[in-house]
Order: sequence, then structure tokens, then C-alpha cells
Amino acid sequence: MPEGFQQAKWKEPLLSELSRAGRVGTTPPSDRAIMEGSPEPASLVPKSMRREALKLPELSELQVLRHFNRLSQMNFSVELGMYPLGSCTMKYNPKVSEMIAGSDSMKQAHPLQPAETVQGLLSILSDLEGFLSEITGMSRFSLTTAAGAQGEFAGVLMIRKYHSARGEHDRDEIIVPDSAHGTNPASAAMAGFKVVKVPSDSRGQVRAQAVKEVASDRTAGMMFTVPNTLGLFEQEAAEVSEAVHGAGGLMYYDGANMNALLGRARPGDMGFDVMHLNLHKTFATPHGGGGPGAGPVGASERLAKYLPVPLLSRKDGTYSLDYDLPDSIGPLKGFVGNSAVLLRAYVYIRLLGASGLADVSSLAVLAANYLWKSLDQEGFPVSHGKGLHRKHEAVVSVKGELPGNAMKVAKAILDYGMHAPTAYFPLIVSEALMIEPTESEPLEVLDEYASAMNRIYGEIKRGALGKAPSRTSVGKIDEVKASHPLTLRVHW
Amino acid sequence: MLKRVGAASVDELFSDIPPEIRLKRKLRIPEGESEYGVKREVQAKLATNTTPPSALCFLGGGVWPHYVPAAVESITARQEFYTSYTPYQAEMSQGMLQALFEYQSIMCDLLGMEACNGSLYDWASAAGEAVRMASRVTGRKRALVAGNAGLRRRAVIQTYAEPAGVRLEDVKFDADSGVLDVDDLRRKMSDDVACLYFENPNYFGVIEEEAEELVSVAHGAGAMALVGVDPISLSLVKEPGAYGADVVVGEGQPLGIAMNYGGPHLGIFAVKDMKLARNMPGRLIGVTSPVDDPDGRAFSMVLQAREQHIRREAATSNVCTNESLMAVAAASYLSLLGKEGFRRLGEAVISNSHFAAKRLSKVRGVASPLFSGAFFKEFAISYRDSDAASVFGRMAKSGVLGGFPVEKSFGLGKEAALFCVTEVHSSADIERLAEALEAAL
Repeated sequence: MPEGFQQAKWKEPLLSELSRAGRVGTTPPSDRAIMEGSPEPASLVPKSMRREALKLPELSELQVLRHFNRLSQMNFSVELGMYPLGSCTMKYNPKVSEMIAGSDSMKQAHPLQPAETVQGLLSILSDLEGFLSEITGMSRFSLTTAAGAQGEFAGVLMIRKYHSARGEHDRDEIIVPDSAHGTNPASAAMAGFKVVKVPSDSRGQVRAQAVKEVASDRTAGMMFTVPNTLGLFEQEAAEVSEAVHGAGGLMYYDGANMNALLGRARPGDMGFDVMHLNLHKTFATPHGGGGPGAGPVGASERLAKYLPVPLLSRKDGTYSLDYDLPDSIGPLKGFVGNSAVLLRAYVYIRLLGASGLADVSSLAVLAANYLWKSLDQEGFPVSHGKGLHRKHEAVVSVKGELPGNAMKVAKAILDYGMHAPTAYFPLIVSEALMIEPTESEPLEVLDEYASAMNRIYGEIKRGALGKAPSRTSVGKIDEVKASHPLTLRVHW
Repeated sequence: MLKRVGAASVDELFSDIPPEIRLKRKLRIPEGESEYGVKREVQAKLATNTTPPSALCFLGGGVWPHYVPAAVESITARQEFYTSYTPYQAEMSQGMLQALFEYQSIMCDLLGMEACNGSLYDWASAAGEAVRMASRVTGRKRALVAGNAGLRRRAVIQTYAEPAGVRLEDVKFDADSGVLDVDDLRRKMSDDVACLYFENPNYFGVIEEEAEELVSVAHGAGAMALVGVDPISLSLVKEPGAYGADVVVGEGQPLGIAMNYGGPHLGIFAVKDMKLARNMPGRLIGVTSPVDDPDGRAFSMVLQAREQHIRREAATSNVCTNESLMAVAAASYLSLLGKEGFRRLGEAVISNSHFAAKRLSKVRGVASPLFSGAFFKEFAISYRDSDAASVFGRMAKSGVLGGFPVEKSFGLGKEAALFCVTEVHSSADIERLAEALEAAL
């Protein structure tokens, strides 16, 4: 049993259980001069449409704060310890970004106010678009999409529009490697495509030959993640692009793993036509417990006209939002985009600059390789690409006679006060653990993580692994019970 | 480190990138600055924005100026929440899981629904997902959309629905009252319609008085009723569950989230029938217990077999990262105000907006409100002989943002403008608005 970590264990009731009739935590403002001269407010709502009963928790302000502060103490985070969730890029989020995004001039800007009154912010967004285009080798970016998956959806819709504009309506297939993130096939299906799977070889590589075998005049495009989810650079990326282009298809770049390539290689130079970036991964905006994020979508020159509206434009030194783009796939969000997230990404790029960004990838890749090599190579073998260096992450398969060892390691490491790697993904690796340390971790923490993993494997091998986790807020969760929910709310 | 890795240099770790696709120059972006330098530069740029508190904002349309209590900001600024991610390791993430479960539960009470997901991106994309879900559930490919629903949201629904083969058709609204035309709905409704989507209050802020009838016309044809809401209105206006809605979507931004020039906001998505939960997009949190303590309470993500990381191309949606932190903001906001505070908020909003509509009616050349239907916090007005776009621009120059020109496709003419008045506006603010409008006309 490891020493030194114990997560908070509050037996915290639900808000509905803490509620006592008549309590008000915050009183909203109201203008007596208006209220006194006004009719009874409810009378302004037609009788048939008046709310009859309203149930909301009733607590004091201090009670609400205590409740959520206690909950926060039962939540692990990047600022508490290492959080090497593979493909999620859980890096440090600069504090200054929060401070800047907290300005009234950001928070209180309304998306419909005239462009002339938000030139400062629009100039920042426009500069950000320029930075992202330069980093990726794309021609233009639309900043509107709210997350990576929404960027993917936009991207495949652009591919669809491109073909239909050329009268090629039979192109109804999207090629997706078997190692792809789940969002890729899901996005392609949402856009109305059939998904054609292409296998990776034993080195964890998608071969141009394999792509040629499935590419045809039905191929609309291919979604490709480079480096892939095994943490390996796709050696034949350029040839794969050529094969798909040769069949008349387009190439989509899933930018989830861009943290490996800043200043080293650019999707645009590999032949990709359209892509997204996850600003909450590579560009250090906080993950928010599962969002908000931002997933700007970029395009090469020939696809730029299909980008989702709005695009930023600049005429005579004045910035504006351009919604009037006849070939666009249309809007995906009600308003501009997640501007406060975009602002944070801009701050990050300005802090690091060209050299700093290149250092990010150097350090992230060095850390991933170092951590991987520090693992017990017998207990945590790699299934693909032996002998190849990893990029931003490494995927290992936990050795064992029976299935379930990856889960055992994932749960056991929580007791060391460190988050588990992504478990059981990618699907092509059995007992997979996907480890992405990022550039943020100091050497000692990488050592500590590896040593904890090795110790856990040793315990598994000896049959000496105790019940885990036991130092988290609750012990192992009953997942069978969780998968058959009778209700998703409280009735009180 | 390199020694353990077995490489002579960091560059060697990148040597497997074929030389012809390596970037052989430095990125052409400026070199980094100190934290102080960046902060100064960015804040100086932002300071040129015209925003409250020095300006007044009377803009709505799906993002509204409301007060965000200090306690909400304190909660969402907890690094434990904002620097964590999706609670994949439930044992270590009970805090976020419980907070999201409480969000789901509070929203169900507010909306009159049985299951609410952990959030989607925003109202518009939630409406798009809802139309797709209705088509999946009914197996039908036609959707009727209220002609008085927000234009931007209708455009997003179109982007989402079209690739699923769903055709949208508008339902007319009554040009005098601003409410949806029930007769036109009856004419267009048939047994090939997957759903009716309408908003309540609608884009013009008018309360759909015949909501129950609208829903019943949809149900009569076997179509689903999807309702889009501004949750603040539900302080005084009947909840959609009470008039039969099957799915409720909406914008959670007014629940303790800043306007942020368009985001992050909070897409609300809830269903009435628990059976529909299996067809929903997005994350769902449920109650379970620790294995060793069957009577104890713990939380985890549930029904994950709907989601992209398990079901891939057969998933109900591709949603992964959503807006969890915003859901925490909404849960804390609603519990801070509570039943009584939330009702008082609604009363202040409806009183202030009616006070403002009346005050603007005294401005020469203004017809206010434009519609006879009852309204909650937004209302349209009309200028006798001025173009709304130029009035909007002139008022903005005097630091009063309001009177968004109603888009021409609504067919109301160039003279119609939308105003939004909430609890943040005092009588003095409304007086300044009236004076600015008078000067701009």
C-alpha cells in the first residue's frame, strides 16, 4: 500500500438534501422605483402559461460554497498531480490566461454587438487564426467550433460539400484507420458517410498499400491522426495522402495529437486538406472537467471556402465577422465560437512564441519516451512499433494470463495520488494503457510515476496487489449497477 | 533522460518523420514574451472593447446580460474543477460527477423533464442534436421549425439535420401577436413529420400562449414536440414538461455564465421519457455505489454504450468534450438563488422589461412593443422612419448596445429592432437607453 496520499472523503449530501424552506443564498438586484410602479409581475404572464410550482434547493451562500468546495476536494486535477491521460494532453494551464479571460472587457462582450465596438478582441482572434495557420500549414481557420468533435463534424461536412459541388454524389465513404479516436467514425457517420476501416500493420502504421486497397471512386476522404493513437508518427503519411488524393478523395487531419509536432512538421505539408486542433489540449486551455474546449477547423486553399461561418475578415484596417460566405457549410454554433477559450490559446502562444512552442513538442516527446523506457519492459510491453521512438504518448499492453490487468493498474495507481493513463484504448491493443505525460512534468515526477507502475506490476505478478483504489474519495465503483440506471435525477 | 531513451539527441526522437515533410525553418510567429508583457498587451487590446460596466448592454437573442454572483465565479475558479477532465476514473472524480449529477437533477426540476444530459456546446447545437434524435426515434425525415425561432439557431439546425436527410420546413407566425400560427402548423403537420421545434419565449421574447395546443397538434400526428427555452423565463412561465414537451433544449448561459463574446456557453438537452435517455447525445451521470458498500452512494458516467468512444460510427452523437464547467456554474447559480431568489429574479426581469418597453414607447417615432403578445425579457420595437441597422450603430457609438436589427427574413421590415432588459438594468439605465435612442433616431 503506497503512503502519503489520501483524497478528501466528505460524505457530502445532495443539494436537495441540504435544502431548507425559505433560505436564499443570493438575492438578485431589483429596482424599487420600477417594482413599486409595476403591475403584479405574474399578471404579465398569460394565465394558462404561469408557472405553478417551482422546486429549487434552498441554501445559504456559505452552504452552497461549502458544498461545492467539498466536492472540488473530491476531484483530482492537473494542479494536484500527474494526469497522463493519453490523447487528452493534460498539460499545465497558465494562470495568467484565467486572469486575462476574467476581464470585464472579455466577459461582458456580447456576440451581437457591432464589430466596431470589439476591434480589440477581433484583432486577437484574427492574430490567433494567423498563428494556427502558420503552425499547421493551413490556409485559413474557422474558430467557431466548440470542441474537437465539432471540428471533425465540420471537416467531414466540408468534404461532403466539396464533392457535391463537383457533382460527385456517389462519394459516400470515409476511410478511418482501426487505431482512430472514436470521434472520427462517429463524426463521419453524423455527416452521412459510410465508414470504411483500414487496418494498421504490426508496426502500428497505416500503409499506403492498405489504403489503396480500400480507396475507390466511392471514397470521399480519409480521417487520419498523426502521430496516431499509438504515439507513433505515420511514416507513410505523405504516401497515404497521395493514395487518397489519387482516388479523388480528400485528407482530414485529426489534430488531437498536435502536441508532438509543433515546429517540427505541419499537416499542410503532409498533404492534408482539412483539419481541426484541440485548443484545450495542445494550446493549454483548461479542460474544465469535460469542457469547455475549442476545436477550430482549418483548411487548405481549395477547401477554405467551405469553412463554417463566421470567418474573420479585415477591410481597411477594420475587423469583422463574415457570415455571408455562399459556399460555407453553414454555422455549427449559435454565435461566434468559444471566444474566451480562444483568448486563452492566444495568450499561451504569445507567452511561448515560436521557440517556446517547438520546445513544448521536444519536451513532450522526450518525456513520453523517457517514461515509457522507465517502465518494466517485461510487464508493460508495446504491441506495435517495437524499436520506434514514440511521439507525445506511449501505449503499452499490461502483461497477464487473464484479462483485466490494465484496469487493475489504472485503479491501483490512483492510490499514489496520480491519475491513471487512458485505459483500454486504442481498441487494437489488448489491455492497453495509453500514457501521455506532456511537457509539464518535472523529471522526478516521471520517475515517481514509472516506479509506481512498476511496483504495481510486481504486485500483480506476485498476486500481492491489494484492493484498489482505497485512498480515493470512494472505493471501486460498481459498474454493473451504474450501467442499469433507473433514474438520472433526484425526485424530492 | 536521453540515455535512458537511447537517443543521442532530442532531434533523433523526430528522425522518423520523413525529411521531405519536416519543417526546416522556424515557425513564423513572434517570439514569446514575459507573463507581464503578454498580460499588458492583451489587456490593452481588450480594453478597447465597448462593454459594461462603462457601456450598457441591452442585447439578447440567445445570449443575455445577467448578473453572475461572486460565489459562482469562486466555485468555477476552483482549479480542482477547471483543470480536471472528463471523469473517466470515477473513484478519483466524485466531485465533478456529483456536481454534474446535481446539475442534471436541478435542470429536470426546472424544465419538468426526467433526464438531462451533462451539457452540450450551446442552445443551437443542442437544437440540432434534438432534431436528429427525433428523426432517429420516429424514423421520419421532415421537421417543422417555428418561423419565430432564432434565425441563427435555425441555421445551425439546418447544418446538423441536412446530412441526416431531414428536411426542414418553417411554420408561420402571426405578425400582430408574434406567436406561432396554429392553423399553419395544422396545415403542415402530417404523419411524416418527425418533430415540431419551437421556442418559448420565442425570438421576439413573446410567450407562446398556445404552447399546449402546439404540442398536442404535433402529438396528434405522432411527431415529437421539441421546445427551446431561456431557462430564466421558467421562474414565471410554465415549464415545458407541464405542457407535454418531449425534449427541451435551451441556452444555459444566463445561469451564472458570462456572455464571453459567444462562448463558452451551455447547451441544455433534456427528455421527458426516461426511455429516450438511451437515444440521447452527450454524457450522462448516474448514481451507483462502491462495490464494497452496496448501500453507499457514488456517482459515475452511465449509458456510455451510446457514446462515440464505445459505439464509434453507431453512436448517438460524436460529442466528447462538452461544457461541464458551465454545468457546474449553472448548478451553483440555481442553488444560490434557490426557489425564492429565482422567482424574485424573474419578477425583476419581467418588470424591468415592461417598464423599458413602456418608456421606449414615449420616444418619438417609436412603436413599442411591436407585438401584442405577452413578453418576458425581450421585445421588438419598430421605428417609424429609421433603419434599425443605422440606429443600432449610432447608439453603440454612445456606449449603449441595444436594438439589434431584426433579420430581414422575418419579413418585419428594416425598422424592427430587438431589446433585452434584465435584472441588471436600473431605471436610470433605462432612462439612458431612451435618451440614446431618441438621439440616434
